[in-house]
Amino acid sequence: MYGGGYIFDEPNRKQQREEQLHDDPEKLAAFEARIARGEKIEPGDWMPAEYRRQLIRLIEQHAHSEIIGALPEGTWITRAPGFKRKLALIAKVQDEVGHGQLLYNAAETLGKSREAMINDLLSGKSKYSNVFNYPAKTWADVTVIGFLIDAAAIVNQVANSKGSYGPYCRALERICYEESFHLKQGYDAFIELATGTPAQKEMLQDALNRWWQPIMHFFGPPDKASSHSEKLMEWKVKMASNDDMRNQFLDVYVPKIWELGLTLPDPLLRKNPDTGKWEYSDPDWDLFFEVIKGNGPCNKERLDVRKWAEEHGRWIRKALMRPEEMERSALPVA
Amino acid sequence: MNDSLDPRVNRLRLDKNDGSFKVEEGENWNVFEVFHQEKRGAHHEHVGCVHAPDANLALIFAKEQFGRRKKCVNLWVVRSADILAFDLEDEDMFANNPDKTYRDASGFKVMEKINKFKAHTK
Repeated sequence: MYGGGYIFDEPNRKQQREEQLHDDPEKLAAFEARIARGEKIEPGDWMPAEYRRQLIRLIEQHAHSEIIGALPEGTWITRAPGFKRKLALIAKVQDEVGHGQLLYNAAETLGKSREAMINDLLSGKSKYSNVFNYPAKTWADVTVIGFLIDAAAIVNQVANSKGSYGPYCRALERICYEESFHLKQGYDAFIELATGTPAQKEMLQDALNRWWQPIMHFFGPPDKASSHSEKLMEWKVKMASNDDMRNQFLDVYVPKIWELGLTLPDPLLRKNPDTGKWEYSDPDWDLFFEVIKGNGPCNKERLDVRKWAEEHGRWIRKALMRPEEMERSALPVA
Repeated sequence: MNDSLDPRVNRLRLDKNDGSFKVEEGENWNVFEVFHQEKRGAHHEHVGCVHAPDANLALIFAKEQFGRRKKCVNLWVVRSADILAFDLEDEDMFANNPDKTYRDASGFKVMEKINKFKAHTK
């Protein structure tokens, strides 16, 4: 699972922009021509400093999202209703953590160590998808996450897997394959509640009402508000605009929700038959940025749990350490 | 008592722990490349990498990461640092491969010659 077809950036990035200006124009032209021809960029290739920086940020945040995203679902493993759901949830949570590893490896090929990425997550410097800062209060929340958040993530990841950076694309191909199982098991559990007893339906409707805004936030701010995405699209770092991905998601999944007799808490939500585009009320973007800043309902406890895991895993990492194996430091080659 | 839905937060009072923690450089071990064999007799194919303190544990992590679905009969791991590769910049050294038709069955037009011979001897 992954959150965010957007890339967070800090406002003051003058220094990197300077670096970008100093890229050799001849090399830059050759690089852009390769991307335009549909070639993949590999770790050893020349690349603009800004391309490297943006990719590290994108892949690292994607990795953190997988790891943090496993937390709200992981707490439901012990409480999953029935053995089959429990097995599926264990498998899904393991997949998510595995996706985190694949993505950390892909980001490392760009020159940032896994340790540095984990430290930036723990210190709050590096972000992860906002949706995981909300609590999963009932089993219906888990089915909404498994169905709709994973569905949104797939829209995003399928787009990104056609991007220009080889190691990221290869990681995403494997991830998308596993996500298809996540989506299906989520949909299955979702349908079971939607077609179940009145109490089950009510629980699902309540979860849907609470999650709708975070889901609308998922693809990031509207295109009119997002800057600097033109270059990223040209470099195939960003493969589709936030609004396009949101529209693609609504187009597939809103009918699936409505056909089960459920409602969505937005009276303006409809597909405009003339434009073929979905119309909706603007979600609260101030809240979105407030949660990114760290003030969401679960930001602190997510990082508390991560920090605790790193702290209490240290003794075993150290016990297993083989100093003779560590002599040459190594980065993955592909 | 806080009301977190994560039992660890409640049990361990993680909400009270405000200290910072830093992972040391190298603490996550080395990188190993993983090769996956789908069936006996097939080639091992590169599928990705894992972090591990040594090759034995790398194999175990590789099984978890790359062998938990679909067919797999064997895995290889090798330290990334031990892989020797050409620089990608040097790919032009392979540029004239397609010209070496004399290394290829398609480079030898025997039927043309046979047909010519037959036409001649008729």
